[in-house]
Amino acid sequence: MAANLGFGSLVIAFLLAVYSSVAGCMGGLKKRAVLVESGRLGLVLIFPLVSLSIGCLIYLLLNGRYEIQYVYSVVSNDLPFYLRITALWGGQAGSLLFWSFLLAGLSVLITNNHWDRDIEFLPWVISVLGIVLAFFISLSVFVENPFVRFWELPDGSHLASMMMPAGATIYQADNGNGLNPLLRHPGMVFHPPLLYLGFVSFVIPFSFAMAALITGRTDDRWIRLTRRWSLMAWLFLSLGLILGARWAYDVLGWGGYWGWDPVEISAFMPWLTGTAFLHSVVSQEKRGLFKRWNIILIILTFDLIILGTFLTRSGVLSSVHAFSQSAIGPLFLVFIALTFGVSVGMLLWRWNDLQSENQLTSLFSRESVFLFNNLIFISLFIVCFWGVVYPVISDVFTGQKVTVGPPFYERATAPLFAAMLLLMGIAPLTAWGHSTARTLGKSLIKPLLVAVLILIIIAASGVQSPGALLGFGLVSLVVTVTFYEYGRGVHIRSQQTGEPVLLSGIKLAGRNRRRYGGYIIHLGVVMMALGIIGIELFQTETQGTIARGQSLKLDDLTISFRDLAVFDTHDGRNIARAVVNIKQGDNVIGEIYPRRDYYYESQQPVTVPGVISTFAEDIYVILVDWQSISLQGATFKVYHNPLVKWLWLGGFVFILGTLLASWPDLTLDEERIIRMVIRHGPEEFFK
Amino acid sequence: MKNRAFLFSFLFLLVLIIGIQPAYAQQPTPSDDRVNKLAREIYCPVCENTPLDVCPTKACAQWRELIREKMTEGWTDRQIKDFFAEQYGDRVLAEPPLTGTNWLIYILPPSGFLLGLWLVFRVFFTGRKITPEEGISDSTVSSPVLNASETNRVEEELIRYKKR
Repeated sequence: MAANLGFGSLVIAFLLAVYSSVAGCMGGLKKRAVLVESGRLGLVLIFPLVSLSIGCLIYLLLNGRYEIQYVYSVVSNDLPFYLRITALWGGQAGSLLFWSFLLAGLSVLITNNHWDRDIEFLPWVISVLGIVLAFFISLSVFVENPFVRFWELPDGSHLASMMMPAGATIYQADNGNGLNPLLRHPGMVFHPPLLYLGFVSFVIPFSFAMAALITGRTDDRWIRLTRRWSLMAWLFLSLGLILGARWAYDVLGWGGYWGWDPVEISAFMPWLTGTAFLHSVVSQEKRGLFKRWNIILIILTFDLIILGTFLTRSGVLSSVHAFSQSAIGPLFLVFIALTFGVSVGMLLWRWNDLQSENQLTSLFSRESVFLFNNLIFISLFIVCFWGVVYPVISDVFTGQKVTVGPPFYERATAPLFAAMLLLMGIAPLTAWGHSTARTLGKSLIKPLLVAVLILIIIAASGVQSPGALLGFGLVSLVVTVTFYEYGRGVHIRSQQTGEPVLLSGIKLAGRNRRRYGGYIIHLGVVMMALGIIGIELFQTETQGTIARGQSLKLDDLTISFRDLAVFDTHDGRNIARAVVNIKQGDNVIGEIYPRRDYYYESQQPVTVPGVISTFAEDIYVILVDWQSISLQGATFKVYHNPLVKWLWLGGFVFILGTLLASWPDLTLDEERIIRMVIRHGPEEFFK
Repeated sequence: MKNRAFLFSFLFLLVLIIGIQPAYAQQPTPSDDRVNKLAREIYCPVCENTPLDVCPTKACAQWRELIREKMTEGWTDRQIKDFFAEQYGDRVLAEPPLTGTNWLIYILPPSGFLLGLWLVFRVFFTGRKITPEEGISDSTVSSPVLNASETNRVEEELIRYKKR
């Protein structure tokens, strides 16, 4: 019943999506508001229908209805309640349905906006959203149906099918396969939905860009209307990536957070082009520049999102043969080719109308720095794209399987990341329009001197690696420039208005939240850079087999093996848990418990590291092996990861900055309230 | 004379033995750290994108032991890597070797960057050629009042607004 209801509502949702895209398009062409409104209502109705479908699937997951193929593949009897819900995105069919659900929800939000003078965009936005929704829902209906059931045929064999074969009865297994143990970590519980929300939100600016091309509105209206959507998309994509990194650090047990895996990179690529887009659109808003380029960037970001979903879902990365085994790969590829071809065609059609309203006048202006920023992000994107795609090309055309691993990416991206930090250090001091090397140099000299002083102190403390010194120097530059620029603004405002410094600081940031939110994001990035420099350049490790009571040495650390216990749990795991003492010099700094969990059902081991984490360093211990009979000896791998905590802390600051940047600027009423709070004190004001 | 010839022959043989033998001589058993250092540069032939040093499967543990054995036998890192590549194909190497069409992987990204750099400078170059007489003025960019194109945009927006 629930399966039929879920599938039925999906079929109707698919038909509605097709109708909406056609009605929006016809309404736009014939200028018939009734058709447009009908298309809009159709689009709005998709959300409750897909929600009903998702609701049915969650019901089936919660109740362990193993006659449903998807439920059987991701749920088992011992799976806790919350993991049964997250199993919704634990497999391919569920995550595609979840994609449609998120896009349908955002479509309701965007089409219920007050459109007023932008009503001419509406039919085309409806049409584009309808097309994307129709594609994704069609995948769920025709290819990756999450409601397919197992049937027992009269001859005793089993078959998975949506419709009942002749003479068959429903077959329900006693237990399911269960969720992949690696996906049971909190980071993995939230990582996919956030990443998907980021993916899906970028469809909104894309749909407006297409509407702008079709209607011929060559101004920056589409950018202004979707600024918050783009920021929101970027926020969720960033959060998804950070959580994914944290998951890798906690669960994969290799002492790192980023392995340049093709699946990671396919989520990173739209982030790179999206970041370039967010910077570049400011130049269009402020000076009417780079109109064509901004359209190219959003087309690229949109298709990279579809490509990202395709790469992770088609299996093509592990083997090109997986591509032909399921219809999903070719369908994705056709959709990417069509959307890319049509949108580039439309861009070429409007090419002459999209000329810049101004020209670049100085190599040192803000818009020039943004242009160089775009060059760096696009270069990073090319490295990533080529690194992911080349093994597939090599396999298809030469039959030669190759791996493009971290050494390639690290060598190619390190100079680009350094250049990015340098630009972040310069950008806040540049001005729009005219800016000469002399004016830039004049404002750069003071923070540069401070940064050099900091660097000398770092060098004097014993850091000798040229790469680390360059990294720390750039980090110091960005931090000093950011604080210097903000402090200078606060000082000027405070002098001009006579306001107290604190009030000036709040009002300055409140009046231009995008700019100062951007500065906080930059500070978050340099904090993350600190963590990356720490782990990439200063990580040390050792591995050894020791008996109970013996120790391993690494740097100034002593890692002592105290005890080991092996036991079964009620949720189907066999756990080997070691007790390890850590001493730094002569001081005991803690006791940790590295584990190896073995999941009986999936026959899969999961390494759970023991970690002591401070702002200075992480001590990360993995239980590699043990002698199961005597329990006397065990093999440990120990990583000493300096500064890595700054990576996660930087992630928080980064997210805070994005929230501030996407918040509407202060109104006069808000300013008045802040002034009163500061003047009278919060207790007095709120009493 | 005979003795000298014998001595030379003996020394020659000694040099040969000392010079050649070390490559195959039995070495002390290498530590886990030494094995892991090389295993990091070799990828698991059956798992997806997993270097041998961190791969948790039994097969990978056996391959790490194989590395240790080869090291004990005196093989160099290069020889061990070549052995794995010969046995399981180039996919076990962290980077494609510079053979066949693989040079494309190393050439394309820097070429892309240089092309981008050229395009950026071209934007500057062509931008500077436009004179104010041609209709686009940049003289009011830093001014708080609207420049010509911004005024046009405001007027366009107003006309659009009045139409409704």
